[in-house]
Amino acid sequence: MSAVLSMRNVGVSFRTADAAQPAPAVDGVSLDIHRGEIFGIVGESGSGKSTLANAVMGLLPPNALVSGSIRVNDREVVGLSDDALRSMRGDEVSMIFQDPTASLDPTWPVGDQIAETIRAHYPVNARDAKARAIALMGEVGIADAAARYGDVPHRFSGGQRQRIVIAAALANNPQLLVADEPTTALDVTIQAQVLQLIDRLRRDHGTTVLLITHDLGVVSMVSDRVGVMYGGRLLETAATRELFANPSHPYTRALLAANPAGAPRGTRLPVIPAAWNIESLREAELLRAAAGAVND
Amino acid sequence: MTETASTPIAGGKIESHRHSPKRLMLVGGGILVLLALIAIAAPLIAPHDPEAVEVHRVLGAPSLQHPFGSDVLGRDVLSRVIYALRASLMVSVSAVLASLILAVPLGLAAGYFGRWVDSTISRTLDLILVFPAMLLAVTFIAILGPGSVIAAIAIAVIYLPILARVMRTSTLIVSRNDYIAGSRARGASHLRVLATHVAPNAFGPVIVQASVLSAFALQLEAGLSFLGLGTQPPTPSLGGMLADGREVLIQAPWVEIFPGLAIVVAVLGFTFLGEGLRRAFDPRGVAE
Amino acid sequence: MSRQLGFIVRRLLLTIPMLFVMSIVVFLIIRLVPGDPVRTMLGFRATDANVAELRHRLGLDQSLLDQYLSWAGALLRGDLGKDIVSHASLAQLLAQRLPVTFELTGLSMLLAVLVGVPLGVRAATGGRWIRRLTEGFVVIGISVPDFWLGIVLVLIFAGTLMILPPSGYVPFATDPVGNLRYMVLPVLTLATGEAAYILRTTRGALGSVMSRPFITFLRAKGISPRRIVFGHALRNAGPSIVTVIGIQVGVLLGGAIIIETMFALPGVGRLVVTGINQRNYPTVQVGILAIATIFIVVSLITDLIVAWLDPRVADGAGT
Repeated sequence: MSAVLSMRNVGVSFRTADAAQPAPAVDGVSLDIHRGEIFGIVGESGSGKSTLANAVMGLLPPNALVSGSIRVNDREVVGLSDDALRSMRGDEVSMIFQDPTASLDPTWPVGDQIAETIRAHYPVNARDAKARAIALMGEVGIADAAARYGDVPHRFSGGQRQRIVIAAALANNPQLLVADEPTTALDVTIQAQVLQLIDRLRRDHGTTVLLITHDLGVVSMVSDRVGVMYGGRLLETAATRELFANPSHPYTRALLAANPAGAPRGTRLPVIPAAWNIESLREAELLRAAAGAVND
Repeated sequence: MTETASTPIAGGKIESHRHSPKRLMLVGGGILVLLALIAIAAPLIAPHDPEAVEVHRVLGAPSLQHPFGSDVLGRDVLSRVIYALRASLMVSVSAVLASLILAVPLGLAAGYFGRWVDSTISRTLDLILVFPAMLLAVTFIAILGPGSVIAAIAIAVIYLPILARVMRTSTLIVSRNDYIAGSRARGASHLRVLATHVAPNAFGPVIVQASVLSAFALQLEAGLSFLGLGTQPPTPSLGGMLADGREVLIQAPWVEIFPGLAIVVAVLGFTFLGEGLRRAFDPRGVAE
Repeated sequence: MSRQLGFIVRRLLLTIPMLFVMSIVVFLIIRLVPGDPVRTMLGFRATDANVAELRHRLGLDQSLLDQYLSWAGALLRGDLGKDIVSHASLAQLLAQRLPVTFELTGLSMLLAVLVGVPLGVRAATGGRWIRRLTEGFVVIGISVPDFWLGIVLVLIFAGTLMILPPSGYVPFATDPVGNLRYMVLPVLTLATGEAAYILRTTRGALGSVMSRPFITFLRAKGISPRRIVFGHALRNAGPSIVTVIGIQVGVLLGGAIIIETMFALPGVGRLVVTGINQRNYPTVQVGILAIATIFIVVSLITDLIVAWLDPRVADGAGT
């Protein structure tokens, strides 16, 4: 069994304006993920798991420094040109994100957003792309797909939107799907359905999945193997059943014990901004947009 | 108008802050203080009598004696610019202040009490926006006749809905905070909560907006005076000076250039001050 | 589609109260003049008989409600009354003046959009030097009053280079080239400030769209940067840009009042200013009515375009 995704000693740090010494967000991660496998990475926010996911996709901001080696299907990703990365993304590798509502262009019909992934990589005419997009919508469980092709995202529920995001990401049958907290923004009941969908699709298509989450429940539900990240390092990897039964690293034990988020004493992580703060920021934006602007 | 948070992250590139808010405020505030001092001390520093007509100096080019030259009637342009600053600053600043005095309580009430109070105030003020600003000013003047006081009133009315709306939005955001509900729950009266908790925290954006609008008010006043609808002669005003020199623009450009530059400098002062204040006191970008 | 239709109908209906309020304000202009407006209009030499005659002709001797109803009724029939100085039909006068104002503001906005939007896109997505250049343009464009810019342009193009006329007007139908030559300076004057606004709005709106998560998902799908900017980001920034353009039409119409006077263009703005100076209230009323109506119609069109660009608006799901 060859590795679809192979990382060797991967490190990521960010250059900042005050340039002192960039603190590594990811440090010395080595990992092999095999074909058709769902590999879960668990960690708290700030553990570097999302940075790692974005490094695999080549989606890090320009001030990121990546070291080591990331190979997808034996092709080195680190140092690849922007164009080469782009032709790889959405075709060989794809990624889905936490918030399906925010992931879709609110002004575009959902079907076109699936079809454009196809047309970005293959010389397919509009009609064929549309037919394929409708088939994909059906496959991810959107009822009456042909009729709903032209609907804009806000006419769908959160769970349906994530299904559409998955369809758009898997439109070209990528070998690797990176799923960054794909169910966090969804209701608990919908979470399970979306995880089942991801599980079914990887069985049907042999897709390899790198599943990033802070939620041990999500990992236990679908992952074949699990890696635990903390402070930018991969502490341990094990088969899911084994990790839950017999965690070897003290942090993993603490994580399992103090579920959902219990860091060992004295290793406090950066505080997450309070939710209301973000909300009121958004509120200001909305109010302003609604009010319009008049100046003379 | 709207520029969210002033740090647009364009394609992952993080905009560097070349102008710190402090420096912008200092430059803007410095320009304005200087202009205000010049206006106040006009009788002391003006080299000539702004009204003194000197026939032999008609359209005289700039010289050591008359650095900005002299106008159609041979009056010293520099002295007239110095005096004209008085009218221009007076009208624009008092207009915005008057607007602010009305807008703050209206916006506070609309944002804090919400419901029918909000909709009554907001809908009524919205009616003012049916007219473009300049047209509303002209309409006002059509009714009440030209003059600097009327121009100031017109400008104050035009900016009322904008300032009130900004105050309303920031009040709305501040009112959502838990400590507001907390102090209400501890039995504080609405008035007390408004005065001690809401208003002080909601002030930032409206001050920013007032500063930005002062720049527009200055241009509006100059425009009205240019049309002969604002400050009336013989009181020198920057807009009026521009109108006087229009006929002789090509022969004697200094008659137009210097009053125009004075407007540009004053507008820049308010713009810099407003932009600096915005970055310092309106991180959420409530002001437009 | 029916939701879209519903929105259009609701927005059209909203225009009626706006026009109503505006018509009342315009109607009241003459009635609010302190003292006796008719005497003010006619001057001190007017006889009592003249005053009574004009008061009757303007309907000022009736009750306020009757006055409004007959005035508004006449308006709706297309009867705008007569200019009290030249006794010309105001409908005809307006028909001569409106094309000038339309040409001036239309060309100015066209130029401002053609310059402001592309530069705004470059400013939001380009490198450091383009951001600095555009920032400089924005500061200058916003801080320089348009009438002073007009003066400088006249000095350069009419005074020094002598390649364009400093002021004046010929109708397009009479002399198309001459008409455009007269329009160049006024249009440049009005368009520069507007272009700066539109640039700033485009840059701000596009910049905030580019930092939204769906842009990351588009990149994850391998969509080209060009397509992301022009196919998706600009489409999402569109409503903000169009809204500002709509509001700025009002600013342009206001600016046109000054610029028409300055460049001796016989437009509606100049009509109003001359009317005010001559205490020619019926003409002032008609001019203000015309400009305000244009603004209300432009706001309507703007909102409809915004609803078309952003389907959520018509659905009432907020923006």
